[in-house]
Amino acid sequence: MGRLSVSLCGTELDNPVIPASGTFGYGYEFTELYDINLLGTFSFKGTTLAPRFGNDTPRIAEAPAGMLNAVGLQNPGVEAVIAEELPKLKSCFHKPVMANVSGFSLDEYVTVCEKLDAQPQVGWLEVNISCPNVHGGGMSFGTDPAQAAAVTRAVKAVTAKPVIMKLTPNVTDIVSVAKACEEAGADGISLINTLLAMRIDLKTRRPVLANTTGGLSGPAVFPLALRMVWQVSRAVSVPVIGLGGISSAEDVIEMMLAGASAVEIGAANLRDPFICKKIIEELPAVMDRYGIENLRDITGGAH
Amino acid sequence: MKQSDFTILENIGLTENIFRLRLEGDTSAIARPGQFVNILLADRFLRRPLSVCDREGDILTLIYKVVGGGTKQLSTLPAGRKLNLLTGLGNGYDLETAGTHPLVIGGGAGIPPLFFLTRELIAAGCRVTAVLGFNTKDEIFYPDEFRALGAQVIVTTADGSCGTKGFVTDALPGLDYTSYYACGPEPMLKAVYRCAKGPGQFSFEKRMGCGFGACMGCSCRTITGYKRICREGPVLRKEEILWDA
Repeated sequence: MGRLSVSLCGTELDNPVIPASGTFGYGYEFTELYDINLLGTFSFKGTTLAPRFGNDTPRIAEAPAGMLNAVGLQNPGVEAVIAEELPKLKSCFHKPVMANVSGFSLDEYVTVCEKLDAQPQVGWLEVNISCPNVHGGGMSFGTDPAQAAAVTRAVKAVTAKPVIMKLTPNVTDIVSVAKACEEAGADGISLINTLLAMRIDLKTRRPVLANTTGGLSGPAVFPLALRMVWQVSRAVSVPVIGLGGISSAEDVIEMMLAGASAVEIGAANLRDPFICKKIIEELPAVMDRYGIENLRDITGGAH
Repeated sequence: MKQSDFTILENIGLTENIFRLRLEGDTSAIARPGQFVNILLADRFLRRPLSVCDREGDILTLIYKVVGGGTKQLSTLPAGRKLNLLTGLGNGYDLETAGTHPLVIGGGAGIPPLFFLTRELIAAGCRVTAVLGFNTKDEIFYPDEFRALGAQVIVTTADGSCGTKGFVTDALPGLDYTSYYACGPEPMLKAVYRCAKGPGQFSFEKRMGCGFGACMGCSCRTITGYKRICREGPVLRKEEILWDA
């Protein structure tokens, strides 16, 4: 067990660094840059039952210290992920991968989770009830504790793998959603997904994004994510994965002190494709600077 | 793809809004004309994708138009400053379909990648005609540089202040060519698509997140399925393009 190792729902990770879904594809784009086996794990692109093109473009806008995206869950569909993406991944990634699942109905979440449950490469199911960029699904499940619990319960019934519910910050009380998920059997909670946001082009006087609104991520949201991780981790007893604007080893430590057992890195991967590798390499020296012997001991250290 | 630091050798205005940036660094990941680089700027979260105008040894030339805050900031950076680049991005043009005398057709800020392409086509033994379109005389850049490569150059201006009056497509009738390569604003590309003959390749521009295929920010629909402009593009073949409504 190394200094950086942490435990996530019963599985040991070499380190707490997990590229977040939607910023890491299905892994291969990064294999030409570095050995992705040095990651704790990664959360693959949000997968739905049917293939999806997603939203029209532009899907990307910039913000001070961050960005907006409105990709809209583009993915090849769960059958193609199982038939094509996972076999390709097997050749370059030898750890359990986190499968990110999205849906537009309870049945869809259940079916996709059932199919991914049968894949030995999948170590965790991260159930996204928080996508702000699709209509009639996604975030609507994550803004109501009762619906969030219903998805959790339904998914738990069809999988033996740990289920991590990914929550949206676009709610009045994220703690009540997290507690509802925990009571329904969630094995972990990840937060935050992006914040609903928009930009307007001054020349055209129209929204920059074809979808009008998009999700804000990047360093701009870090303090808000940190506050929510703090609140949720004090209210639930299952592990919490903290994400939202993390872009340095210091951010990782701060997020863990707030209550995270592991962290996900999202937008920072798009700015610097090597960021996860750099953070992992920098962590020991930063831990030394702050007198941290083992990373797994600091979760919730600021409570 | 490679990530490395480049040093600015020169960053000068060619016209009021068009700048030429010459950089020194590791260009080894740049395999073909039509590829692009993605530049990190201080205080800007997203990198700025720019097409490769030329690559000779470890000297990289980029020509860009100042269109917003990021490119404005870029235009103020002095020689000697270091820039972090991702290089070797995108598919680039396929020279195999060029034939003996290809046409390169560029509009405004879409012209730069055609310079590198023209150099490579001529090196491969092709006789190249370059149709370079601008709005007006004051916006013209690089016709002499294309000529110096050995290309025959036809300049068009929308207002007729220099060369052929009209758009690039007004220069096409009567020209003899075996294939064509186009880069420019989408209305220009559509017009070229409608009237040019023979094998054609088009280079597209989209707002990007990462520039290397991870975020799905720049996807488009094609006849042969979904493609990422940054990864399976920016160059698409005529046969596979589905124009937006």
